[in-house]
Order: sequence, then structure tokens, then C-alpha cells
Amino acid sequence: MVRRIIVGAHYGLKDWLAQRITAIVMTIYTLLWLTIAVYHGGVDYALWQMLFANEAFRVATALFWLALLWHAWIGVRDILMDYARPTSLRLTLEVLTVVTLVAYAGWLIDILWGASR
Amino acid sequence: MPALERPVTKPRPVYLNLVRIRLPLPGIVSFLHRISGAALFLIGLPLLLAGVQASLASQDAYDRFVAAVSTPLAKIVLIGLIWAYLHHFCAGIRFLLLDIHRGIELSPARQSSVVVLAASLILTVIVGVRLW
Repeated sequence: MVRRIIVGAHYGLKDWLAQRITAIVMTIYTLLWLTIAVYHGGVDYALWQMLFANEAFRVATALFWLALLWHAWIGVRDILMDYARPTSLRLTLEVLTVVTLVAYAGWLIDILWGASR
Repeated sequence: MPALERPVTKPRPVYLNLVRIRLPLPGIVSFLHRISGAALFLIGLPLLLAGVQASLASQDAYDRFVAAVSTPLAKIVLIGLIWAYLHHFCAGIRFLLLDIHRGIELSPARQSSVVVLAASLILTVIVGVRLW
């Protein structure tokens, strides 16, 4: 057991927990898609149209992607903390990761609710 | 050296040397969890978003996307990503079970590592055969 000095830091517990909760959200969405695909007998364009015409499914998809992007951030940050040295390199890569993930979030919102739909 | 002057902390590696490190089976599963996660972030995410976009845009865009990922090279990349997702999924469920103290002893932890490696490979073959 590591004896830690309590100074108010949360020692990554929040991130650890978020990683687990987002994993469970993604698992549920994956199983939902699998069930739908099996029930429909495969995936085709008509199924995509039918599913995403439903606002609830779009919200579920947005939740999945929120979980995915958050999960990806924690995972990539963990990898960078272990291997990206020196600190300046790590900070640069972390900023690039955040910018990319935020851009992906924007891209997804555009796909789901953008003017092109 | 008098006991009081002994360093309190043990010397630990300041970074993990990937070439020199020798991992037990659960360690391999853990490391592949990382590799697969990195691959999913770097290649899987943009590809999945592009796929969702094409699949919702129009029948034409959907057909073009399906054609683009139907070339042999694209299928190899796709099967690699499917393995990455399945391994990350199976190993992730194992980690969640370990978190709630299921299978935490050495022998069951080794067994579940084998199950994760085998299950993700078998599922990849099943999906791969369907895809090809």
C-alpha cells in the first residue's frame, strides 16, 4: 500500500473513474448496434437512414462519441505521460490531441445535426 | 550506511524501455490494450467518422465508401482495426472485472489473459471471413 500525503490532489481518481464509466457507455452502444444489425440481418444504407431519422438514436450516438473522445483523451494522455519526453514534446502532443479530439466532436455534431442533413 | 541515511525510495526506472522489457502474459494483454488503443485513436477514429458521415449523406456516398473500403489493402487495414476494437473491448472488460476484484489471483488472471487473446482473435476471424 502506498502511503500518500493528502494535499488536496485527486491523484487521477477522477480520470480513472471516467475511463471506466465511458467504457461502459461504449459497451452498451456497441451491443445496441450489434443487436440492431443482427435483428435487421446486416447493415445497409436504408438501416442507417431509418436509425438516424430517430432523434433518440442521434442523441445516443452523440453520447457514445462523447464517451469515446473523453476515453481517448485519458488513454492517449496516459501513453504520452509514459513515453513522451521531454515535457515540451509531451505538452505539444497533448495539445495536438486535445485539438484533434475537439475537432472530431465538431465534425460529429455537424454529421448528426448540421445543415448538410 | 546508518539506517537513517538510507534512501527512502527504491531506484525505479524513470521510463519504460520497450526493447528490454520482458512481459508475462497479462502484461502482453495490457500492452496490446495500449497498442490497440493508440491504433484506434490514430486510424480508427477519423475512419469511423468518415464512414458515419458517408453512410448518412446519400446512397451514392454510402456506395462510394463501401467501394473504398472493399479494396484488398483497405480490407487488411479494416481487419486490423476490427482486431484492435475487439481486443480493446475484451481486454477492457477483463480490466473492469479486475477492478471489482474478479479473477485477481495469479492463476485466474493468467487464464483470463489467454481467454482475452483467444476471444479477440477468434471474433476477428469470424468478422474477417464475413467481411472478405
